[in-house]
Amino acid sequence: MKNDKAKTKTIKVDYLARVEGEGALYVKIKGNTVTDVKFKIFEPPRFFEAFLRGRSFCEAPDITARICGICPVAYQMSSSHAMEDAFGIRVDGQLRALRRLLYCGEWIESHALHVYLLHAPDFFGYDDAIQMAKDYPDIVQRGLQLKKTGNEVVILIGGREIHPINVRVGGFYKALTKQELNSLTEKLKRARDIALEAVSWTAEFDYPDFEQDYEFVALRHPDEYPFNEGKLISNKGLDIFVHEYDNHFIEEQIAYTNALHSKLKERGAYFVGPLARFNLNFDRLSPLAKEAAHSAGLSPVCRNPFKSIIVRSVEMVYACDEALRIIGQYEKPEIPAIPFQPTAGTGYGCTEAPRGILYHRYRVDDNGRILDAKIVPSTSQNQKTIENDLWQFIPKYLDLPSEKLKYDCEKAIRNYDPCISCATHFLKLNIDRE
Amino acid sequence: MNKNKITQTICANILRILIIGIGNTYRGDDAAGLVIARHLRKQVPDYVSVLEESGNGIAFMESWKNADTVILIDAVHSGTKPGTIHRFDASAHPLPSEFFCYSTHTFGVAEIIELARVLNQLPSHLIVYGIEGKRFEAGIGISPEVNKAAQEVVNRLRQDIHSFLKES
Repeated sequence: MKNDKAKTKTIKVDYLARVEGEGALYVKIKGNTVTDVKFKIFEPPRFFEAFLRGRSFCEAPDITARICGICPVAYQMSSSHAMEDAFGIRVDGQLRALRRLLYCGEWIESHALHVYLLHAPDFFGYDDAIQMAKDYPDIVQRGLQLKKTGNEVVILIGGREIHPINVRVGGFYKALTKQELNSLTEKLKRARDIALEAVSWTAEFDYPDFEQDYEFVALRHPDEYPFNEGKLISNKGLDIFVHEYDNHFIEEQIAYTNALHSKLKERGAYFVGPLARFNLNFDRLSPLAKEAAHSAGLSPVCRNPFKSIIVRSVEMVYACDEALRIIGQYEKPEIPAIPFQPTAGTGYGCTEAPRGILYHRYRVDDNGRILDAKIVPSTSQNQKTIENDLWQFIPKYLDLPSEKLKYDCEKAIRNYDPCISCATHFLKLNIDRE
Repeated sequence: MNKNKITQTICANILRILIIGIGNTYRGDDAAGLVIARHLRKQVPDYVSVLEESGNGIAFMESWKNADTVILIDAVHSGTKPGTIHRFDASAHPLPSEFFCYSTHTFGVAEIIELARVLNQLPSHLIVYGIEGKRFEAGIGISPEVNKAAQEVVNRLRQDIHSFLKES
C-alpha cells in the first residue's frame, strides 16, 4: 500500500487463497473512487484446444477431463455430448440416467468442498478451514463426509475419483448393476441429511446487503433441473439452442489475465453457476430441495451473490435427492454404449459444471479426427461479473481498514467458486489507494 | 510357518504402516514420491501398504484412518540443493511453512496434516519425507539428482520400517 498527497490506495492480493489455481486481484482507489479493478489469472495458458487438434474424437473426454481435478466429469460430459451432436446420435434411457448420477456425485463433492472448506470460513472471519475446524470440528467433519459421499459416487460410476476413466462418447465402457448402485443408497440418504443441515446452517450467516441487476444464464430443460441438456436461457431474453452459442457469446483477450473474458455480444457481462441455475430453474428442483430453500428464506430471484453458499447447499440436497431417485429407478442397460460411426461435422455440447455452464465445440473429419476445438469454462464466463461486483462492492466499504477490505474482496470473489485451472486460458490481490 | 513369517503375521496384527507417495508423473521431479512408492512396493513386508496419490490431501487423510504409522513422500521446492532429503516428524510439529506450499491443490500436504491435527485424525506416527526437486516443468522423467535421492530414501524407509518394528 502506498499513500501520497493524492491519497492513492492500492489493495494487492498476490495469491488469492482458497480458490483452485493461481490468480491475483489489483484494486486502485483514488480518494473515494475506485479507479481500477483487475482480476488476474496468471496460471500459465494450457493450450488444450490446440493439442486436441489431430486427436481422435474418442480421446476428447479423457483429454479434456485433465483440465480440472475438481470437475473432470463436467469436461467428460460436455465433450461427449458435443461429439454425439456431431455424429447425430443420442444417449437415452438408463445410460443417460447414469450420466446424471455421475454428475450428481461431482456436484456433491465440489459443492461440499467449497461450502465447508473454502467459503464458510469467510463468514466467520477465519483465515482458513483449519482455523474454523478448531471451533467447529463437527461441522467440518460433516463437510468432509459429504464430500466423501460425492467422491464415492464418482469412483463407483467413473472408475476413479479424479479424472474418471469410464466415460466414453456414446455412453460408458462398463454399465453398472443395480446391486452396485444400491451400495450408495444409505450413504446418499445420510449425505442428504447433512446437506439439509448445511442449508439451515448457511441460512444463518450474516450476509452483506449487496444486490446487482445480473443477467443470469443457465441451461433450461423441459422436465429436469439441468445437468446435461437444455436450451440456454437468461432472465433478460436469451433463449437459444446450444449450437447457437457462438452467435451470442464472444471471448475477448485481456492483457492482464491469461484467461479469456467471455461476454454476451449484445449485453456484456453475465452470471453462470448455482445462483443462475436456481433463479432460472427453481421450479425444476425436487420438492425437498424447494422446501429447504423456502425454509432458508430463499426464493427466486435472489440477486445477492454472497447467498450462493446457501444455493450450493440447496443444490447438494437436490443432487443427493436426484441420485437416490435415479438409483431407485435404475435397471442395468443392455449395452454400456450405443454403437455409431463417426461422420464429418461440427458438434456442440453444453452442460452444467458445478460452477456453471461449460461449452464445448468440435469440428471432426470423416475418420472422427478433431480438426478444431473450442472450450469455454464457467470461470471465464464469470470473470467480467466478478470484476463488476468488485467495482460496485468496494465503494460501499472504503472506510474499512485495508486488510479487512482485502479480506472482503476475496470473500466476494469466492462467491463464484472460481476455478483458475479451468479458466487458463487465473488470484493475487492488490488495492492501491490514492 | 518359518520364524520370519511368524514375525510378519504378528506384526500385521499390531502394526499398520502406510506409505504414501505423492506426485504428478507428468511434471518432472514432482514424480519423486511416486517413483519411490513404486520401488518400495516390491520390497516391503505384507504389513506395509503402499499408495500412490496425486496430491489431493483430503483423499489421503481418508486413507490413513486405519494406519498407526504413516509415511508421506513428496517433492519439495524450498531453495536447497536439488536432491536434498528433508525428513519431518509431523506428528510432533507442523511442517515448516516454506515447504509443501507451492501446490495449487486446494488442500496440499501441509494443510491436510494441520486439518487432521485439529480434528484429532493424525496417525500416532506421521513422518514426511521431502525431496528437493530441480525441475517441475511438464514432461516425464526425474533429474539424476532426484533419482539418486530417491534410492537413498528407499534405503532410509527400509530402516524406518525396521525401527518401527523394533519399537512395537
